[in-house]
Amino acid sequence: MAALAEPALAPMAPRPFRVVSRRRETGDTWTLELEPEPGAGAPLGPQPGQFTMLYAFGIGEVPISVSRVDATRLVHTVRAVGPVTEAICGLRPGSVLGVRGPYGNAWPVAQAAGRDVVIVAGGIGLAPLRPALLHVLEHRAEYGKVTLLYGGRTPADLLYRRELDELAARSDLHVNVTVDTADATWRGDVGVVPKLIERADFDPASAVAFVVGPEIMMHFSAEALLARGVGGDRIQLSMERNMRCGLGHCGHCQLGPTLICRDGPVYSWAALQPLVAVREL
Amino acid sequence: MKTIEKLISDAAVFDGLSEDRLRLIAGCAGNVHFDEDAVLARHGEPADVFYVVRDGSVALETFVPARGAVTIETIGAGEVIGWSWLFPPYAWHFDVRALSTVRATAFDGACLRGKCDDDPALGYELMSRFARVIIERLQWTRVRLLDVYGYGGTR
Repeated sequence: MAALAEPALAPMAPRPFRVVSRRRETGDTWTLELEPEPGAGAPLGPQPGQFTMLYAFGIGEVPISVSRVDATRLVHTVRAVGPVTEAICGLRPGSVLGVRGPYGNAWPVAQAAGRDVVIVAGGIGLAPLRPALLHVLEHRAEYGKVTLLYGGRTPADLLYRRELDELAARSDLHVNVTVDTADATWRGDVGVVPKLIERADFDPASAVAFVVGPEIMMHFSAEALLARGVGGDRIQLSMERNMRCGLGHCGHCQLGPTLICRDGPVYSWAALQPLVAVREL
Repeated sequence: MKTIEKLISDAAVFDGLSEDRLRLIAGCAGNVHFDEDAVLARHGEPADVFYVVRDGSVALETFVPARGAVTIETIGAGEVIGWSWLFPPYAWHFDVRALSTVRATAFDGACLRGKCDDDPALGYELMSRFARVIIERLQWTRVRLLDVYGYGGTR
């Protein structure tokens, strides 16, 4: 019986990964780099936009997006908002945690080739968008104008500050960062990130937009993109719901006819809008 | 070199106005330039002017005791600075400071109000356009009041 049960259990069995690097991004957010323990198999090789289930042993499991695609390491940026994420953020280099995945679909970066790309991120939402942005920049000649619009609560809450400064210095990328609240020492924008869409330089007739942030921010961003003339099928968003199994079995992340862990997390606004318009879903 | 009328017609707030109207408005307008950190307006001072930013950005600020200057909102290229010139007591409600070198078109509010009094149709047109600016700012302010980043979200 054990031989029969093992394959069924294997997808739910976490693989041990060791923390090899830990960097504080903000007051409550950390970036962890993980490598599989000897005997735990090959590196995962996730695609931009995918997520894994991270298991803090004895505490619980959470879905976390990949924040950088790397050949050998699994890179996640985690915000501590509850017991599990607090435990994960507290892991020091050398600590071990469980990993399942990668799960979900990927950003359609190949389909965006030849077009302007607008990346709209809010808060921790920059983490799942970062692999898509880095992919586009690694294949820069294949794309048109590339714009990163990023919003946060305050300057202290912005992720990857040094990297953002480096990105802003590039001549082939337009970066616009805004915050909700700032003192007079802040030299960037103050206001909500969807407002930046109004004056961003891209061709609405063909541009592709990738959007991640709090759901209401994505809603207003999608409306601002539609107002500029970007078609709903070219507005791609990554959804977050109560993902548990990651395999499309348990149904916790169901949104109408779709299971976000299996069919998403990346959806077009054209597909998503009728679903998020139903408050009961 | 672009004429004032052309510069005005490029601004979203004046988009689609007839040439006659643009010429009328241009009679109250001129080009201005501000260095970084220059103060364009101060709270309580007479609001006898408004601006349309062509290049650069400005911060709307207010001074909060024990906190210092706090930025309420930033305004960039193509956007309008100031609507206090439209309504009594014609005084600025906030400070306005240049965050970078700013090139803008300045409009004499008293001059425009006079033209609106003489031509109510122009007054209605301008009031409608500024109402849209005010409503858009209000809507985005309402979104900001949601404090969307303050709740949940692990990834």
